[in-house]
Amino acid sequence: MFDIKRVYRAASVADALRALQDDPDSILIAGGTDVLIRVREGKMAGASLVSIHELPELTGVHRAADGTIVIGSCTPFAAITANEIIQTHIPALGIAVDQVGGPQTRETGTIGGNLCNGATSADSAPMMLALNAELVLQSAQGTRIVPSTEFHTAPGHTVRRRDEILTEIRIRPENYQGFGGHYTKYGKRAAMEIATLGCAALVKLAENKKTISQLRLAYGVAAPTPIRCPEAEAIAAGHILDDALLDEIAQAAARHAAPRSSWRASREFRLQLIEELARRTIRAAAEQAGGVC
Amino acid sequence: MLQIIELTVNGQPTSIAVEEGEALLDTLRERLGLTSVKRGCEVGECGACTVLIDGKAVDSCIYLSVWAAGKSILTVEGLRRNDGTLTTIQQAFIDQCAVQCGFCTPGLILSALEIVMSGKNYTRDELKKRISGHLCRCTGYENILNAVEQAIRETRKQVQIQ
Repeated sequence: MFDIKRVYRAASVADALRALQDDPDSILIAGGTDVLIRVREGKMAGASLVSIHELPELTGVHRAADGTIVIGSCTPFAAITANEIIQTHIPALGIAVDQVGGPQTRETGTIGGNLCNGATSADSAPMMLALNAELVLQSAQGTRIVPSTEFHTAPGHTVRRRDEILTEIRIRPENYQGFGGHYTKYGKRAAMEIATLGCAALVKLAENKKTISQLRLAYGVAAPTPIRCPEAEAIAAGHILDDALLDEIAQAAARHAAPRSSWRASREFRLQLIEELARRTIRAAAEQAGGVC
Repeated sequence: MLQIIELTVNGQPTSIAVEEGEALLDTLRERLGLTSVKRGCEVGECGACTVLIDGKAVDSCIYLSVWAAGKSILTVEGLRRNDGTLTTIQQAFIDQCAVQCGFCTPGLILSALEIVMSGKNYTRDELKKRISGHLCRCTGYENILNAVEQAIRETRKQVQIQ
């Protein structure tokens, strides 16, 4: 039995927004794989929950007429990896969310929850930053759209207010078309692990399939929040992808990052990972983009 | 506050009163007596409490019972046959000596069932990933993988015969 005062099962987004307003102490719950664990740890004792678990209007992936890919916030990780639209257009996102926890957690845990949890280690976050994803936040007052790069504010904190619901994630075609991508998670174990470091890369290659025309590089756990590395990205543009360039990019990323020491790993080890994962992930992303390198 | 939910448990339509803050693990074990569902870590890390919800393996310790309304739940008790014979998967676990203390076994049997029912081909590495949400503290993973492979092989044979 969880120490939960009340669970209100919302019938729709509008219903959930009303419930969040009516009870100023209520907290949203979606897949439950983070919230219920915090309740179990006693951090949210006596919580009043508003459940948007499996709300049909928040679940699923579709591609709009203009090519924008729209992911419902309550779509579970496993459903994203298995989704045809994701497999065809953004396979790297499917790879990233396939690194979360284990099969059972990926069946219930949701992409929206992964972002709203605010953890720098969220496996979906670096890829969202690299994809310039837009996060749609709805409240009783209206809707606002926040760029994924401005969503996380501090460990465990995002710009989302308690009475707002992240309803969908939008990825515009200019942010995925022509890009190859990859995500590398480093952890002590291959499963059921929180990332010691996560690295997402998107690479667009010139016609010669050797020159990088655009690089997007993002990390989890390299700083208190997930980060993009604009300096490293600028170094790559217009240059042939070789070992020397990868070294330069990796060093720029390490200069930009601000990792800390924790029981999982030291700051020094994380800095080494930031460099090494940049090399490996960018190379894998370039290969996926059809690169010959 | 108690709420009455309607669901299907091991093929039986069931109506049961549950607390709002109740985990499916507690409902299955304490209210329905389905003790094959093991209470392990209770934070979704060990997989001992795995059940199939509409055919998908889920940790019942971090799943609210109120969410199970309208769903079909399968536990190992639901595999029991009237004549007492074992299913292909259960027999494969015995044949391959995939059971030591047995605590992880019910959860693994259900994940194995999901794997077999998918009808897909898996490499050994893919199977390792598919069962990675289960901890076996007797370190019996190799035999468990052998058992899952045997279950896939034999199920395929049975399907072909039919």
